[in-house]
Amino acid sequence: MAEIRSYTMNFGPQHPAAHGVLRLVLEMDGEVVQKADPHVGLLHRATEKLAESKPYNQSIGYMDRLDYVSMMCNEHAYVRAIEKLVGIEAPLRAQYIRTMFDEITRILNHLMWLGAHGLDIGAMTMFLYCFREREDLMDCYEAVSGTRMHATYYRPGGVYRDLPDTMPKYAPSRFRGRKEIDRLNDARSGSLLDFIEDFTKRFPAAVDEYETLLTDNRIWKQRTVNIGVVTPERALNLGFTGPVLRGSGVEWDLRKKQPYAAYDRVDFDIPVGVNGDCYDRYLVRVEELRQSNRIVKQCVDWLRANPGPVMVDDRKLVAPRREEMKGDMESLIHHFKHFTEGYCVPAGEAYAAVEAPKGEFGIYLLSDGANKPYRVKCRPPGFPHLAALEEMTCGHMLADVVAVIGTLDIVFGEIDR
Amino acid sequence: MSVALEQHAEALSARFGDTVERVPSRCSELTFEVSSGALREVCAALRDEPEWRYEQLVDVAGVDYLDYGRDEWNTEDATSTGFSRGRSASVRPESYAHYGTESRVGPREGRRFAAVYHLLSVSGNRRLRLRAWCEPGEPPMLDSVVDVWSSANWFEREAFDLYGIVFRGHPDLRRLLTDYGFVGHPFRKDFPLIGNVEVRYDPAKGRVVYEPVSIEPRVLVPRVIREDNRYAPELKDPKRHG
Repeated sequence: MAEIRSYTMNFGPQHPAAHGVLRLVLEMDGEVVQKADPHVGLLHRATEKLAESKPYNQSIGYMDRLDYVSMMCNEHAYVRAIEKLVGIEAPLRAQYIRTMFDEITRILNHLMWLGAHGLDIGAMTMFLYCFREREDLMDCYEAVSGTRMHATYYRPGGVYRDLPDTMPKYAPSRFRGRKEIDRLNDARSGSLLDFIEDFTKRFPAAVDEYETLLTDNRIWKQRTVNIGVVTPERALNLGFTGPVLRGSGVEWDLRKKQPYAAYDRVDFDIPVGVNGDCYDRYLVRVEELRQSNRIVKQCVDWLRANPGPVMVDDRKLVAPRREEMKGDMESLIHHFKHFTEGYCVPAGEAYAAVEAPKGEFGIYLLSDGANKPYRVKCRPPGFPHLAALEEMTCGHMLADVVAVIGTLDIVFGEIDR
Repeated sequence: MSVALEQHAEALSARFGDTVERVPSRCSELTFEVSSGALREVCAALRDEPEWRYEQLVDVAGVDYLDYGRDEWNTEDATSTGFSRGRSASVRPESYAHYGTESRVGPREGRRFAAVYHLLSVSGNRRLRLRAWCEPGEPPMLDSVVDVWSSANWFEREAFDLYGIVFRGHPDLRRLLTDYGFVGHPFRKDFPLIGNVEVRYDPAKGRVVYEPVSIEPRVLVPRVIREDNRYAPELKDPKRHG
């Protein structure tokens, strides 16, 4: 018999299933993985160091670019850390808006995950289906902040502005006929809240559609059931959070256990897996899509009924409105100081965490009393997940590595920072 | 701070004695400083003993305290008419000690690097922050806690990469985030923001070459430290206002 030696092989950094720039050095025995050594950092931009050189508010935009498929959740953690140190609370309406957009972000993220994960292990249609719904949510982002992805919408003390009364509409073009434009613009004729409500009505049917394609699909199950099993004890010890932890059967969700924003005022359930394999994590995330939809719906109802301020009224922390600034000397000074020096955050340290779609996204903020943070440490959820890749893939086939990478929902913006 | 958390803190202080020291917090978070020698024992006890049960290590953050409390608004260099709004020595004496020749030996007694551990107890729904100061000297050293929490593996590698903290007993302490062959520890406060080298493709050599950086460092907004009393807890105390 021929002698078979294990050999080393490079997976990535330019590989469609590596979800970005992961270089994975695999030691293979035939087709079985013996060792997996992820090399990360190819997207390292030193966000934390950059944040140390800028006034607090100027780094909010950097947070979007960490986990670039769950933008507003990252902002939320950063903004909450500042609010904690300064000792203020955003008004209730802002808390509801944040809750709503956190959940919209969760749907955005899970759709991206579902599409990409499906594509990785052979379900091409998923990608197209998911992007169809994602597009509508991107429009919500655009309506509220002006950009489709990197919103910079949350601010210490609230959110940048109230929800708009109109939605941007499609203009006729040579690629789309009048009939299709009318159909697309029909849902966009009212306010943003009308549009989101319309979406929440459509979305459960869309999730059913995804599930008919995958949940009982024989190939899907063959690729995911009993792949990358993690026991609850190991999951905790490895620092897992979010759907990956819940897929292993640990009932832990910051939205329920350590509620922030308006999560203690809305009704939702936490799905928990049993086996801790890729399939259970898939089921958990799909159920989270439905639960997020439920939360969004409740927030829409509350926001309709309760108008009010969306920002604290504190000129030392929040820039005055433009109209005020034009007419009032003191507001002009505040405006100038706000956008040049910024505000000083009292010396101290705070850790604020949110349940981002991928798990616990935390910001550890250390201030020495200056107008710039002394140290910002982002705690990305994907970081410990990827660190456990070796443990999860050893003994599996090469094709299963792709399934495991997919199920961990890795985004390099946050892992490399 | 809630009563339960306060009791928890007292129990922790009683259990670990003088190996830990409580640090006051602004926002009802529990922070302890652990002496570096006892770090591993304390962590193992925090995970295993039934009254603490910190099953998860959520984060490890390296911190370089070199410039702590130091601002870039250097009022001493300003003319007698300019920069009157800059901070003065009376505002924050302990941080001002960093300024002159005696700088870098301030309230931290020359200690520079620390690692900050964030623990989470899923069963008790509690968080705890530990700070361990590295033993002085180069490289700064600490004991590794990888055998207590596996999640420490990459977090410690990251702290080693970015701050040069060497974790004794770590099974695989390699650089994690920086380039292959990178020199220096980029998140240290004395490492320039613009870095030391830049890369470009050299068509003559047919490969990527490293060169010293050509851009000039600049500060758009200086660091300013102003004593900000509006949020000070003593002012929020209703008894103060009568």
